[in-house]
This record gives sequence, C-alpha cells and structure tokens, in this order.
Amino acid sequence: MNKHNEVLSEEHTKTRRGRSVALAVTLGVLVAMFYVITIVKLGPGVIDRPM
Amino acid sequence: MTMLDQTQGLHENATDLGGRGSVSDYIALLKPRVMSLVVFTAAVGLVMAPGNQHPFLSFISILCIAVGGGASGALNMWWDADIDAVMSRTKKRPIPAGKITRQEAFAFGMVLSFGSVLTLGLVANWVAAGLLAFTIFFYVVIYTMWLKRSTPQNIVIGGAAGALPPMVGWAAVTGDVTLVSIALFMITFTWTPPHFWALALVKNGDYQDAGVPMLPVVAGETATRHQIVLYSLLLLPVGMAPYFLGFATAFYGVGSAILGLVFLAYAIRVWKVREGDAARKAAMSLFKFSLFYLMLIFAGLLAENVIGLV
Repeated sequence: MNKHNEVLSEEHTKTRRGRSVALAVTLGVLVAMFYVITIVKLGPGVIDRPM
Repeated sequence: MTMLDQTQGLHENATDLGGRGSVSDYIALLKPRVMSLVVFTAAVGLVMAPGNQHPFLSFISILCIAVGGGASGALNMWWDADIDAVMSRTKKRPIPAGKITRQEAFAFGMVLSFGSVLTLGLVANWVAAGLLAFTIFFYVVIYTMWLKRSTPQNIVIGGAAGALPPMVGWAAVTGDVTLVSIALFMITFTWTPPHFWALALVKNGDYQDAGVPMLPVVAGETATRHQIVLYSLLLLPVGMAPYFLGFATAFYGVGSAILGLVFLAYAIRVWKVREGDAARKAAMSLFKFSLFYLMLIFAGLLAENVIGLV
C-alpha cells in the first residue's frame, strides 16, 4: 500500500523495489566516489593536518 | 487521433501519481546510445589534452560529462513528450508509453544536471563545469525548447550541443579552450547536419505528422539533398583539420581524407537517387556510414595519442 492508500500491484511493488535498490547502490557509490576524490585531490596528508 | 488529443492524453498521464517507472525506464530517459557517443568523444578530448590528470579524476570527469549528457536527454524527453507520442521512432519512450510522468522526468533531469555540473567543477575545474552547464542549457533550452519547433536550421545550430563534449573533456584537463579543442568541436558540428538530414529523408512523414519543421518538411527533399552534399564537402577538410593543425600524423590525414571522400560519395548517391525504395536505401546508407565515420575519426585521434605518435 502506498501513501494514498492504494494497494500496489505485484508489478508496481517490483518496480518500486528495483528503484529503491538502484537508489541505495547509487548513494553508496557516491559516498565511496567522494571519499576517493578527497584522498586523490588532497592526498593522504589530509588526515595529518593540524586541527 | 490528432496530435492535440494525444497531447491531452499526456497531460492526463502527467497528473498521474507516478512511481511506476522501472530502473530501465529511467536509463532509457538518459538516451544511452547518444550518451555512448558523448562519452567517446569527450574521452578523446580528455586524452588529447596536454597536462596530467589523475586517472581516477579523469574517469569521474568522463562520468560527469556522460551524466550531464544523459540529463539533457531526460529534459529533452520531458519537453518533447507530446511530439514523441506522435512519431513512430519515439512513441515507445518512457513518457509517451505512460511509464514515467513528465514531472518525474523533469526532476530526474534537473537533479542529474546540477549533480554532474557541480561534481565536475569540484573534481576537475569550473571552466569544464561551465562548458558542461552550457552544453545542457544549449541542448534543452536553445535546441529543444526553441529551435526544434521553429526553424529548419534546428539541427544545424542545435548540433553545437552534441559537438561540445570533446571541448568539455579537453577543458577538464587544461582548464581552457584552444584551437585544437575547437577543431574537435567543428568535426561533430559539421557532421551533424548531413547525419540527421539523411535520417529525416527516411522519416519525413514522422516529422511532418509531429509538426517538426525539419528541412525536408519545410524546404523539400531536393533542397535537403543539396544541403547534404554541401555539408559533406565541408566535412572533408574539417575532418582533416587535426592533421593540418599539427596534432595528428600524416597517417590520420590520409585516413580522414579517405573517410571524407567515402562520406561525400554516399552523399552524392543520396543526391542522385531520388525516387522510391532506392532513395530510402541511399539515405539510410549515408546515415549508417556517418556513424561509422565519426567513430573512426575520433578512434584514429585517440589511437595516435594512446600509442604516442603525436
């Protein structure tokens, strides 16, 4: 059931799950990507800098 | 059903709650085939550019250009949903097929546009990001929203959007625009009119039904054939420009000359054969060869740089 109290069909539920998985994977990839970009651009010294 | 009825149908769909599109429908919104051309030409610009960039940053830069190109495709489908529903080539796209609403496509396109431009700015530089933003703006606003439905020169001017990716790739490394990157831009820019007009000759009826003023619809097929030959003539020296400007070898010069002459031969065949099935075949042959031409020209430039000949 969605927020409009509609009962979702099996196909609708399946496509929604697919989208959710794709979004989760995309977010995970973005986090990893920006982590590596930071290391590559600033170098490993980024964690040694004076605070 | 008239185009107006179909447009109203689309608006009804647009008020639909949405949420029915699958992952593959969203991928289709990105026009993956166009995206592959964008990735390839941008990668050539990036590899040819002088200077050092970390391979990972180069990969992310290409990814940003690809996503930006895909976002333009999604926004193009958002705006053109009414005419896409009329044309046989496009009526199965996610919006006219009722799988994704116009609002969803718009939101998807905008998020990817801003995301790709900002990420490219942070990863590479703001010149490249600005060029990518300009590419998206030019394709969506100048071409799709303005020129496409108002002038038969739509794809001539609009072709600039498809020609910009190698310049963006180049700028991602160097942070500037040079004669070399402009030459790369000119190749795709000059190639676009004969490529699309060859297809328009075959799909003339489709464009006519949708009310899109493509050159064969407005000026007629004969005038289009003249223009195809003229642009193919122009493409010959433009394709060889990297050799003349000294950033490709004589091997590329000879290869690009041969490819340009074959392109011209296909165009002349389209000009000569004007009736029936043979005319359609000639136009389709030119369309297919034009894809092969662009791929080989950029592959040649890429290969010479990777091998280290230049």
